[in-house]
Amino acid sequence: MAKKKTVRKTTRKKAAARSSGGAVPSPAVVAKKMKKLRKKPAKKATRRAGAGGDAGVGKAILGESGRLAKQALAEKDPQFTIPVRANSNTEWDEASRILRMGDRTQIRELFNLGQARKFMQTTLQQRGVLELLEQDKTLSLRGMYYKGLHTIAGTKEKTFGDQDESDTVLQDLEVLLGALREELHVFAKKRGTMVGNITVRDAGDEIDCRRMGTGGYAIPSICEPDVIEFVKCEADFVLHVEKDTVWSRFNEDRFWEKHNCILTEGSGQPPRGVRRLLQRLNAELGLPVICLLDCDPWGHYIYSVIKQGSMSLAFESERLAVPEAKFLGIRADDYERCGLSDDVKIALDDKDIKRAKEIMAYPWFADRRPWKKEIERMLRNGFKMEVESLITKEISYVTETYVPERLASGDFLD
Amino acid sequence: MLTLRTDPHTPWEGALPRMAKKKANSRRSDAERMASQHRQANISEYFDRNIAQLGFNSKQKALVTAVKEGVDNALDACEEFGILPSLLVQTIPMADQDVLKLIIRDNGPGIPRKSIDGVFAQLLYGSKFHRVQQTRGQQGIGISAAGMYGLKTTGQPVRVVSKPQPKKPAFEVILKIDVERNCAEILEEREFTDTKDWFPDGTGVHIEIPMKAVHKKGRQSVDAYLEQTAIANPHAEIEWRAPSGEVFLYERSSDELPPATKEIDPHPHGVELGDLERMLKKTPEKKLGGFFNKEFSRFSPSKVKTVTAAAKLTPQSWVASVEHPAIVKMHDEMLATKFMAPSTDCLAPIDAKNLLRGLSKEIGAEFFAAETRSPSVWGGSPFLVEAAIAYGGKLPGDEQSVVYRFANRVPLIYQQSGCACFRAVQEVAWKGYGLSQPRGALPVGPLVILLHVASTSVPFTNPAKEAVAEHEEIAKEMKLALQKCGQHLKRYLSRRNRMRRESERRDVFHRYIGEIAANLSAITGAVQEDLVSSLTATAQRHTEAADIELDDEGNVIEPSARGKTDPNVLILETASAPQVSDDDTLFGNASSRRSR
Repeated sequence: MAKKKTVRKTTRKKAAARSSGGAVPSPAVVAKKMKKLRKKPAKKATRRAGAGGDAGVGKAILGESGRLAKQALAEKDPQFTIPVRANSNTEWDEASRILRMGDRTQIRELFNLGQARKFMQTTLQQRGVLELLEQDKTLSLRGMYYKGLHTIAGTKEKTFGDQDESDTVLQDLEVLLGALREELHVFAKKRGTMVGNITVRDAGDEIDCRRMGTGGYAIPSICEPDVIEFVKCEADFVLHVEKDTVWSRFNEDRFWEKHNCILTEGSGQPPRGVRRLLQRLNAELGLPVICLLDCDPWGHYIYSVIKQGSMSLAFESERLAVPEAKFLGIRADDYERCGLSDDVKIALDDKDIKRAKEIMAYPWFADRRPWKKEIERMLRNGFKMEVESLITKEISYVTETYVPERLASGDFLD
Repeated sequence: MLTLRTDPHTPWEGALPRMAKKKANSRRSDAERMASQHRQANISEYFDRNIAQLGFNSKQKALVTAVKEGVDNALDACEEFGILPSLLVQTIPMADQDVLKLIIRDNGPGIPRKSIDGVFAQLLYGSKFHRVQQTRGQQGIGISAAGMYGLKTTGQPVRVVSKPQPKKPAFEVILKIDVERNCAEILEEREFTDTKDWFPDGTGVHIEIPMKAVHKKGRQSVDAYLEQTAIANPHAEIEWRAPSGEVFLYERSSDELPPATKEIDPHPHGVELGDLERMLKKTPEKKLGGFFNKEFSRFSPSKVKTVTAAAKLTPQSWVASVEHPAIVKMHDEMLATKFMAPSTDCLAPIDAKNLLRGLSKEIGAEFFAAETRSPSVWGGSPFLVEAAIAYGGKLPGDEQSVVYRFANRVPLIYQQSGCACFRAVQEVAWKGYGLSQPRGALPVGPLVILLHVASTSVPFTNPAKEAVAEHEEIAKEMKLALQKCGQHLKRYLSRRNRMRRESERRDVFHRYIGEIAANLSAITGAVQEDLVSSLTATAQRHTEAADIELDDEGNVIEPSARGKTDPNVLILETASAPQVSDDDTLFGNASSRRSR
């Protein structure tokens, strides 16, 4: 007991020395450190086997429907075989450190009372996707819902009860056809912002992300190589922050200019577009991805999704996950390290505690001792902290002191 | 004798003697003799005292009772003479308030002039009084009581037009009951030729009774009484003209008359002490052996020995010498001795097939089942029970089921909750047959339940014959009959549910087939119509059960064997697919589950 106390004291002393005594590290130090973290860029964009562009998707749809038509005409039971999209069919690939979809499949057949309607919807949305491919247009998820929506002839029943039904079927189509949602020409609501030392070409338009004002470049839902091309990039790394308020702080302080980086934000749990962009920046340009997230189970899970992929989109992890991503903060010991006031503490509730314990048990956290300690520390603290809590120190404390210090010291959780 | 009945709690039957079969005129002379013996009793006073028990205690009930007495008599008379009954029941509002003229006309054998006085103006007159036979009325008090009630309430006489002989004209009699002397007072009498189309069959009786009466609709109305009469008597045709001018026609659905019932001698267990004494007084037999042998059924010589020995007598003992204590001893011994059960061929069931006819004619249900039990015995009297149920169709589904009770084909519409029939229905576990049933109550559902007790002596709870009294033997038979009907219903329901499920399934498949064919055709270029027809064929195959007819055991009936059905079951609407109106019914839950 006594021994433990002294250990803690020394940590505290060290931390105090680091944050108040040491000068703010120069951008050059940061750049040097970041360059070390860079990896060799992959030659080609990651792509899942199977689909292969519009032609590939079209072929897959024709193949599935052709088989159904044959079954139908032979008076056999028409059925799809769809990989199961469920937590239970998610596997942890320890070697590549990402979540993958398992091999389990389910049969969806017409002559099954519980599946008939879904079967109909599956054929309906395939037809819709094929039309999009033929006309080379894209639609939002909601757009696809409206595209397929009509009253079935001779009944009062609509093809879809709500958008959720359509969304689920489209996710089924992704796994059925081995194609990504983007490849189906379907996109989701835009979310996420980018700014920094990079120029991209978006559907032919060159976008200079250095000149985006206060708003930044809105990261599109589809960030596939045929839509977004990287034209020129001088950045040394990517700093991804949890939400747009924090991002604005960094942008206003021209952090990306000072530290030669790309600044992104994903409005909480980052949507597919943002994750795909981060993955491409990491894989194709070799940029390290550093995350600044809240110190709470939600922040930890965002990091987990960026790094290993999510369970519901396990079939896309290879394309979306950034196994090299690093977690910069906020850390549970920052309360003491940075000498924050009591006011920033937000008590953990029962749900938080339960969730934290779940996260700690995930295999990709469980085999990382520092992470285990981090979550245990948070639980011991009994409170969570948001990135904004650093504002209590000074408005630009986070951009001028906190992040540069961590970057320079390479103090990340992996 | 009438004084015996002044105690309102004494059941009518128990107090009445059951007498040996005699030739008709000797029987009448008995009745007349009895009536004359008690001339001193004030019948009017008796009537007043027993008005409730006789069923004339309210203006509404009086009408029903009068109709009941008239209709019972008419049906009995028709059947006895092998005539298919056609009845008219009519009520005409009179000038005075609440006075109705009740008209009952039949196509029966008519009443000879010499019998008119007795039939209409003398209590306890009639052909049925002393018989051990299953008939509707059993005391013959009915129609004269109606006439007496009419006289008391309106002061007006009864008008009778009778045509007993097809080739002779009818005659008209206007009469009053002389309450002092229990006989008729004829006011007018003449030949009556102006019968118009009253008696198209050549014979018949037309009765008019003015009375203070009110017609109300409902479960205890003339409407209900006649409807139920029609159900139990599908061989009868009844036209009912209500005071409001409404006309109901209950059509004949069977040309079969109920089998004629035989008259039998009393069974030793069905005779009370008083009956035995009276029979001994009147028997023409001189010796006890002859008396027991001739006047009773099932009295073998060895039983005669046993019974007479109990009183230290022998079969050779003189009837005239038997004293009261000996009679008591012999009676006790008779009850203690085992006798063969009475013969049961004196009973005439309505019969399952006629019950099905009657019910299906009057009730818009989809499923009918009926069960006629074999005859059985209670207290020395043979009886049998029949049950029938009607289910579904237009019957209301969320109400307590309706119970129709019959005794010797006569509907019982009063005192339901005090009736053994009602209790038997309550005590059957209907839940096991696919119906809901609150604890100790009638089952709830689109159900009509019918119970019929036929007996030479139906135990009633009161002289107005409104409810069947509880007897273990009868209750047991009732439950068995009801259970059998319940089993038929259960089989029908499970089959119907299965067919319904299958056809709902088919409906689901069919509604998506067009959509799917259009999509596949658009994607692959396959011919849409071909896709529709082959998918439809496959759907048909998957839901074949919807087309399969099942027998009552749930086995598949081969098409060639169809048509052979259980004679106890009638299904009017084979439960074809109820059209599923919209997606709410099938997918309401599913989609709400999906939308978080």
